Amino acid sequence: MSAVTPPLPRWADVFLLPIINLSIALIICGVIIFAIGENPWTALIVMLKGAFVFPGSLGYTLYYTTNFIFTGLAVAVAFHAMMFNIGGEGQAYVGGLGAGLVAVFLAPSLPLLIALPLAIMMAALFGAFWGLVPGYLQAKRGSHIVITTIMFNFIAASLMVWLLSGPLMAPGQMSSQTVRIAESAEMAKIASLLGYVGFKVASSPLNLSFVLAIIALFVFWVLIWKTKLGYEIRAVGQNPEAAHYAGINVSRIIIITLAISGGIAGLMSVNEILGVQHKVILNFTAGFGFTGIAVSLMGRNHPIGIFLASLLFGALYQGGAELDFEFRTITREVVLLIQGLIILFCGALVHMLNPPMARLLARLIKPKELDHV
Amino acid sequence: MTESLSGENQATGSPLALQLKSVSKSFGLVRANRDVDLSVEAGTIHGIIGENGAGKSTLMNILYGLHRADSGEMWIDGELTAIRSSADAIGHGIGMVHQHFMLVPNFSVIENVMLGSEGGSLLKEGRTATLKVLDDLGQNYGMTVDPEAIVSELSVGLQQRVEIIKALKGGARVLILDEPTGVLTPNEAQQLFEILKVLRDDGVTILLITHKLAEIMAITDAVSIMRNGEMVGHRKTRETNPQELAELMVGRQVLLNVDRGVANPAEPLLAVEDLSLTSSGGQELLKKMSFEVRAGEILGVAGVAGNGQSELLEILAGMQQATSGSIQVLGQTITAKDPKDPKSVRAMGVGHIPEDRHHHGLVLEFEAQENIVLGQHDGALAGQGKFLDNRAITAHCRTLMDTYDIRPTNPNLKAKNFSGGNQQKIVIAREMNANPKVLIVGQPTRGVDIGAIEFIHKQLIALRDAGCAILLVSVELDEIMGLSDRIMVMNAGKQVGILDREEANEQKLGLMMAGLSSDQAA
Repeated sequence: MSAVTPPLPRWADVFLLPIINLSIALIICGVIIFAIGENPWTALIVMLKGAFVFPGSLGYTLYYTTNFIFTGLAVAVAFHAMMFNIGGEGQAYVGGLGAGLVAVFLAPSLPLLIALPLAIMMAALFGAFWGLVPGYLQAKRGSHIVITTIMFNFIAASLMVWLLSGPLMAPGQMSSQTVRIAESAEMAKIASLLGYVGFKVASSPLNLSFVLAIIALFVFWVLIWKTKLGYEIRAVGQNPEAAHYAGINVSRIIIITLAISGGIAGLMSVNEILGVQHKVILNFTAGFGFTGIAVSLMGRNHPIGIFLASLLFGALYQGGAELDFEFRTITREVVLLIQGLIILFCGALVHMLNPPMARLLARLIKPKELDHV
Repeated sequence: MTESLSGENQATGSPLALQLKSVSKSFGLVRANRDVDLSVEAGTIHGIIGENGAGKSTLMNILYGLHRADSGEMWIDGELTAIRSSADAIGHGIGMVHQHFMLVPNFSVIENVMLGSEGGSLLKEGRTATLKVLDDLGQNYGMTVDPEAIVSELSVGLQQRVEIIKALKGGARVLILDEPTGVLTPNEAQQLFEILKVLRDDGVTILLITHKLAEIMAITDAVSIMRNGEMVGHRKTRETNPQELAELMVGRQVLLNVDRGVANPAEPLLAVEDLSLTSSGGQELLKKMSFEVRAGEILGVAGVAGNGQSELLEILAGMQQATSGSIQVLGQTITAKDPKDPKSVRAMGVGHIPEDRHHHGLVLEFEAQENIVLGQHDGALAGQGKFLDNRAITAHCRTLMDTYDIRPTNPNLKAKNFSGGNQQKIVIAREMNANPKVLIVGQPTRGVDIGAIEFIHKQLIALRDAGCAILLVSVELDEIMGLSDRIMVMNAGKQVGILDREEANEQKLGLMMAGLSSDQAA
């Protein structure tokens, strides 16, 4: 019964707040860069050029963006059912196992039109399984999803270490990785595809997975807002008791949602394994699964928001690398710090400014007469 | 219609405990209070009446310092005062008993009462002082409570008593009660009124907020009526009548009692036999219930809240499974061994208007049109196959909004932004539109304003006349008596008896609700 916060207009929630949050993060970053003796403005320019302008940089940015779209969508779909899936990292990792197994063992004897879709499907299925188990434990056994998905990240990590340094390790070398995957299971690079039709662009890791990610955004939108399954997912998320009253099998929806979530996370491995690394390596997920949580929060669990947030984080990764490269004083650690600050303000503290902003706007916008209903 | 009271007070000359002058308050774009004037004489019980959303609670929260008024003046005991927090309010002798209790359920009575005035780092001192206060209040006002009892184990009436004690302990001379009887049995409400009268005679000024006309007439000395955030009238209670108050509240003429007509009951559509439910903790929540509901009749279920009615409703709707017994519904049998989920019960032709629209009936974050297909979303109504046909849903929602007078007629507005009455109409429209053969109804008009109550009652009668078998659970005895053709009384999970409407009267039902059989009650 403390002071009541007036509702925040939607436009302010979707556009104004993220911009303000981002600005605050950038200002603090600027102070840090100034403190270590560089010009923040020059650094910002270098970062932007590094993300979008230098040859090949846009390709790198979009390649990172692809990862973020998948992991962001994975968190978002679960969030619509009010399930906090922290396990994107593990689900993507195990998804990579699925893609790798097909690409290494089956694909050599299969044509591209079968091998590639099969590998993609297995990435999704393995990821889905890794999400489904915590989903089942939550729905049927009441084990909290946050705890189980975190635990499953560790299980995935240990499993992959064992596999990659044991049964699946490529013979005749010392790295924990598989042999190279068959060419029939590779995602084509966009630079080379553009080359075929006559456009010369600098080579980059950007591959067709980016197109897959865009499709995933659209499918996500249809699933959540246009299908009966999406309706049930949202009903379970907003009011599980009303969902039960309405005859929706709440446990079933939770399990299905977590499977879908894990499946989307698993698709991240298509970008990394089939698109770039061309073998399953240790820790190829590199924290993208966790950053997906920030992407989803900042993108307000909506495909357009997730795309924009992914692009931002992609630019940050690529531009950040350029900073490290250009300035002797700005080390990798400083870049990490900058990325962390932006994740902190746009992800973890995403709602920090809601109440003051709502009060400010309520004061600025003149009250209209109470229209009674 | 706004009237000024200042002349009146000069005429009577009684001191004013409290005076508000053109108080206004807005929340964002909503103006909850507009130029509200209020004068309350010391040592009286003053009622504030109005529909839900009329601004009563906002006004009281301003008085108690939970909200700050945008403009206006507040005078307490003839002094201009600014109240910025509830601590200020308590300092000025204002105490408040909230509609939803602010108690720590796992604490004992004394721990709750001393909360906020523990007195030092050791509890002993505060405890002794509080015990004395409890003792005094018990002796002076007859408000006795066991200080060591755990609050969650007390009845709702006693919990409320603890709230009142908490308010009085701070030396409150003005006591605000927000919808105090909403959760009480008729008996408990009576006891509360007795206490309030004693307090008034002792000089305490009481502000009673309610939307129940009967309470205003029974206990208040004066009443102020609010509508749409404004004060629309002030009356001496003995100079007014319920009809006038209802019209002031709603702004138009209302029927307080719906014409029930004559029922033509036919074959039983719902038959319950030896239905029992035991909780996982071994508590017997329902004991061998057996009854039937026939086509074209309303069977009312009377009883104090928490005597198994909720469980009965949920079992009949398939949301819970009984431990033993059977339910025959529309020719199909549901038993503990062969349970049916809500989906299949619904598919049989059973509609369910749940007791609590916020928890069960609606997804508040969903748009009206999404709620209007809740539970029917996998049928053809919401589109063929696996996809939603949003255009058809919108059209369907508009039709129902017209038929059931749901306002505003905006299918895209979220359910949480409708008033209580209109939220309930969304649920009722949805369930009635499915043409149920059997309708299970819980508290159809809880927290619904008078205008909407009239409408909802008419709809229930119309559905009955169309041949639907209706089971109606309500804690409002007036509602049960006004609508039912037969009345079943429940107590402690058992059915005490079933009466024809003609044999029933308030006293008899009241005794049966306390557990006496119909013969004993006669």
